[in-house]
Amino acid sequence: MRVGLFVTCLVDLMRPRIGFAALELLEAAGCEVVVPGGQTCCGQPGWNSGDRPAARALAEKVIAEFEPFDYVVAPSGSCAGMIKVHYRELFAGEGAWLTRAEALAAKTYELTDFLVNVARLQQVPGRFAGTVTYHDSCAGLRELGVKQPPRALLAKLPGIELREMKDAEVCCGFGGTFSIKFGDISAAMAQAKCERIQASGAGAVVLGDLGCMLNIEGRLRRAGDETTRVLHVAEVLTAGK
Amino acid sequence: MQVASLHFRERAAGALANERLQANLRRFGSGFADKRAAARRAFGEEAFEQLRDAAAEIRDRALGDLDAWLLRFEAEASRRGTTVLWAQDADEVCRLVLEVCRRHGLAKAIKSKSMLSEEAGLNDALGAAGVNVVETDLGEYILQLAGEPPSHIIAPAIHKDQDEVSALFVKHHGRPATDDIARMTREAREVLRPHFLSADLGISGGNFLVAETGSVAIVTNEGNGRMVTTLPRVHIAITGIEKVIPTLEDLSALNRLLPRSATGQDIENYFSILTGPRAPGDADGPEHMFVILVDNGRSGLVGGALKEMLRCIRCGACMNHCPVYQTVGGHSYGWVYPGPMGSVLTPAYQGIENALDLPQAATLCGACHVACPVKIPLPDLLRTLREMQTDRGLRPWGERAAFRAWAFAARRPWLYAWATRIAARLLHWMGGRRGRIARLPLAGRGWTLGRDFPAPEGRTFRDLYRVGRKRRA
Repeated sequence: MRVGLFVTCLVDLMRPRIGFAALELLEAAGCEVVVPGGQTCCGQPGWNSGDRPAARALAEKVIAEFEPFDYVVAPSGSCAGMIKVHYRELFAGEGAWLTRAEALAAKTYELTDFLVNVARLQQVPGRFAGTVTYHDSCAGLRELGVKQPPRALLAKLPGIELREMKDAEVCCGFGGTFSIKFGDISAAMAQAKCERIQASGAGAVVLGDLGCMLNIEGRLRRAGDETTRVLHVAEVLTAGK
Repeated sequence: MQVASLHFRERAAGALANERLQANLRRFGSGFADKRAAARRAFGEEAFEQLRDAAAEIRDRALGDLDAWLLRFEAEASRRGTTVLWAQDADEVCRLVLEVCRRHGLAKAIKSKSMLSEEAGLNDALGAAGVNVVETDLGEYILQLAGEPPSHIIAPAIHKDQDEVSALFVKHHGRPATDDIARMTREAREVLRPHFLSADLGISGGNFLVAETGSVAIVTNEGNGRMVTTLPRVHIAITGIEKVIPTLEDLSALNRLLPRSATGQDIENYFSILTGPRAPGDADGPEHMFVILVDNGRSGLVGGALKEMLRCIRCGACMNHCPVYQTVGGHSYGWVYPGPMGSVLTPAYQGIENALDLPQAATLCGACHVACPVKIPLPDLLRTLREMQTDRGLRPWGERAAFRAWAFAARRPWLYAWATRIAARLLHWMGGRRGRIARLPLAGRGWTLGRDFPAPEGRTFRDLYRVGRKRRA
């Protein structure tokens, strides 16, 4: 099957290694992966900020770029949620575009969800030893229902131990532009999340979204925690390669 | 009540700096949310979800023919001896209550919890007219002593700790201090009892209005609601027009959800269905019963972009599950209703321009939507309000310009690739050896107030991928 990898704008800019990890996992699952070169952003910042025309223009671009593939996969619950859930709302009441948006939504997946439930990846390529805790990102969990897939994949690593933290499903305080507009509230929420992570006793927090990742890592380091690692699930599943 | 929602930012900053409040908020924590989760499990998760669907449907059915059900309620209530009054806005609520006071010669009121009376500023209006008002819900009573508004719709004094309450009691009751909660509640009961017995007016809210019987349903946990509605000569129930539901059957369905969603209880300690004043042969009840049906902005939501908000049954689950509410507390929101529901209701009822921060002060995490018993899509409504702000030109110039520039570049891959290539290198350089930035300029300043900004790796995925492919080829 031909998979279009939607790298996401944050991975492209901030953490290319996660994009390559996602690519490696998809190939390990036997997919033919294509990375459309003109891709930029799914439009979520515009959508969440009340700028419908901007969101719409980018949604049209994403649809046109990715509709040729059998599947579209993103290493982010947030961006996949935008395409899978909100494109429909963006084109509500419009015949042709709505049809195309719905067709794309139906074949768009968050990375771990795709690996477990579509590609049925049996063996993960990485080697990782240590204790981790998993932070459920909001959009992945509540828009897409992704709860078990990342845990199922992590469990395939022989050396890993998952220690669930309390309130794993509570928001870390990122919220896109919220983290800038209300930096003090956002940082206080991140602090609460960091305390849960530290209380779990895990050496690393693993998650599936760049926003949460930057937020949690930024707060841990500012608060003086230099040791707790913050890792994207794709990095862990391909670690040591 | 005055709207202070434009000052959300400052109020939230104050709340964050208030160590005592922060400790109280942490103590509150996920208590109600955990209890709701346990109640949901005990009920059966699948059955609970079916009940949520049914409840949303009941509320939509009622709201779809709101005028018809209200008229039916009025007819049935009138037939059973209740006087139904209609109030367009907050001022009219106060005017109508004062008129009843004058006509019946009422000088002393006891109140059961009513958020609508907070909307109307009723206590102040009554006080100014010389009518003595005593709040009888323990939380509301504490706040009346403190001179503060509620910070939570079902646990109004949740922001206060035991020591603060004890100090208030010593000051106002003139009795020795105690740290025994049972003794404190007994003390409140002893102080309130004479008020219950001497008041000639009882004022309550109403959780539901049942159209087919003209009844007002009220739920409480302290029993004060029952005394307020039956002991005084006159009872006035004040409630929003959206609270009407067609049948007792509907009431039964909704009240299986309300306490479970609110406090995790199977049923409230007291559940009253009030249908008319004392009838000949009745053992108790008021001589006169009034219901004031209040609009105060509600009819403006019917059939509109925020219509689902009218389903709300005021359980508080959205704020109990809101990480922002739990971080800044209810008073930060600046009007009667805090948390996610308040962030929709405040701009909807008080004007979008008077509560610009509230729809923005959310991460859209969706925890409220998942917890809401009537499935109000709160994150969608907050997003809709953001869109309304943009459409009405209410967003700051700099923000609009930044989004324009971003959207312009993101539609042009060559420009976007060039801009991100520069940004990745610049930010990487700024991150230095430790790979993180302690202070970002411009809009990024908000981020680095309480966090470092992890620096990018230095090259974009797009560039690395292209180079890698060339090498492979």
